[in-house]
Amino acid sequence: MVALNDVTMAFGDFVAVEGVNIDVADGEFLAVVGPTGCGKSTILNAIAGLLEPRKGEVHIDGRRVSGVQRNVGYLFQQDALLPWKTALENIELGLQFRGMSSEERRARSLEWLAKVGLKHFGDRYPHQLSGGQRKRVQMAQALIIDPSVILMDEPFSALDIHTRHLMQNELLRLWHERPRAVVLITHDLEEAIALGDRVIVLAAGPRSRVIDSFPIELDRPRDVAEIKLHPKFTELYRRIWASLRGEVEKSYARHE
Amino acid sequence: MNERIVQLLLLTVLLGGWQIAAVTGTIDRFFFPAPADIAVQVWRWITDPSFYRHVGVTVGETALGYLLGTASGIACGIWLGLSPKAARVLDPFIKAFNAIPRVVLAPIFVLWFGLGWGSKIALAATLVFFITFFNAIQGVREVNPAVLANARILGADSAALLRHVYFPAAASWILSSLRTSVGFAVVGAIIGEYLGASAGLGYLIAQAEGNFNSVAVFAGISVLAVFVLAVDKMLDVLENALITWRPSTQSGSVRT
Repeated sequence: MVALNDVTMAFGDFVAVEGVNIDVADGEFLAVVGPTGCGKSTILNAIAGLLEPRKGEVHIDGRRVSGVQRNVGYLFQQDALLPWKTALENIELGLQFRGMSSEERRARSLEWLAKVGLKHFGDRYPHQLSGGQRKRVQMAQALIIDPSVILMDEPFSALDIHTRHLMQNELLRLWHERPRAVVLITHDLEEAIALGDRVIVLAAGPRSRVIDSFPIELDRPRDVAEIKLHPKFTELYRRIWASLRGEVEKSYARHE
Repeated sequence: MNERIVQLLLLTVLLGGWQIAAVTGTIDRFFFPAPADIAVQVWRWITDPSFYRHVGVTVGETALGYLLGTASGIACGIWLGLSPKAARVLDPFIKAFNAIPRVVLAPIFVLWFGLGWGSKIALAATLVFFITFFNAIQGVREVNPAVLANARILGADSAALLRHVYFPAAASWILSSLRTSVGFAVVGAIIGEYLGASAGLGYLIAQAEGNFNSVAVFAGISVLAVFVLAVDKMLDVLENALITWRPSTQSGSVRT
């Protein structure tokens, strides 16, 4: 489980988020929404240990986060695959860094390659794969080390809508296989509701904080494309949007 | 195919015109020897086994100078790319050294390293060093931050980052400058030989010049041109074999 206690993230004089308290239970899928530039990503980076909080503490499974964590899987918004390594080599990186023998990690990564539906694409370089395929490789790369927490920073925002649905379902399938704490950052409210167990809303930045939390009581397993037609979905959307909308407007007012 | 014919025609007109002008005395054969005489000289060389000793010397000096210059350029470039502080301190010195026209170093290298291979290798290496160095620095500095963060999250320590992220990133920059830097290595070796040597293509040209043998000077120039073209062709093959991961290799294959 992940716990953020009174976390403040700042760069120089700029305070991105202030006094944030978030708890994510084991196996809980938490979606964080908020207007652009509200410091959502800095929260993820604090959990991953890529950034140190100015104030407050982050704990994963009771251990304080300090320095880059090795038990998290991180799905980046951008292409974060190593462009000079093939899909297979990218997938096995985490195991390689952990010192696993080459035969063993080759076998494991072949398994994962098949699991994300890219059996015949192992020797392709990232630039030879489509956007969706690269995301699949990234998922396998992040999950092969069996992290206790999965962090996602708008992972599907660059994909077209159909590929996005496909990837979201794929993600849910992998997560169901072995549920663990997930923190998904997104500006897409539909995505947040369709995937999450809970949606929290961040205020417009700077000095952003958590202003609302909504449990998402939709049955699982879900199909992201179909669940949007569910009356409960629309109802939740309306309620969360009412909370988010003011912040989005504030954010626009500040940036223009 | 049409272009080939035009090219061939152009060459025939050029060489033919030159030959006729030389034979009829329109231009002075002492300064502009007839192409046929040059061809005879080239033929005499390539049928003479001792000529290949000169080629071998130039190839050897070029290769060693290139390797030395590249290796030190990569090492220094990666070091300064990773350590911004050292880069700031050394910046004016690097700029000053880079500002020196390297050719004026040739006589000093002859003093320091003698008339043998040493001075030529040193000159070629200094010419190559800065190209590789600046490319390596650039490569390290322009590593995609998402790729870097991803590798760190996947568990890469600094040695692994160097090997799997920084080095390949720098290498791709260096490989893209391969052609320029090998060209400079050839120039370094030739100038070194020209100024003082007992073997090599540059020495052949210098010797011919000393005897006012313009036929041999032109023959030497022709041999050098072919030599550089051959190196260029080899690099084409090498480049395509080494950077398979880059999108540019596909567009490169379109080039004929």
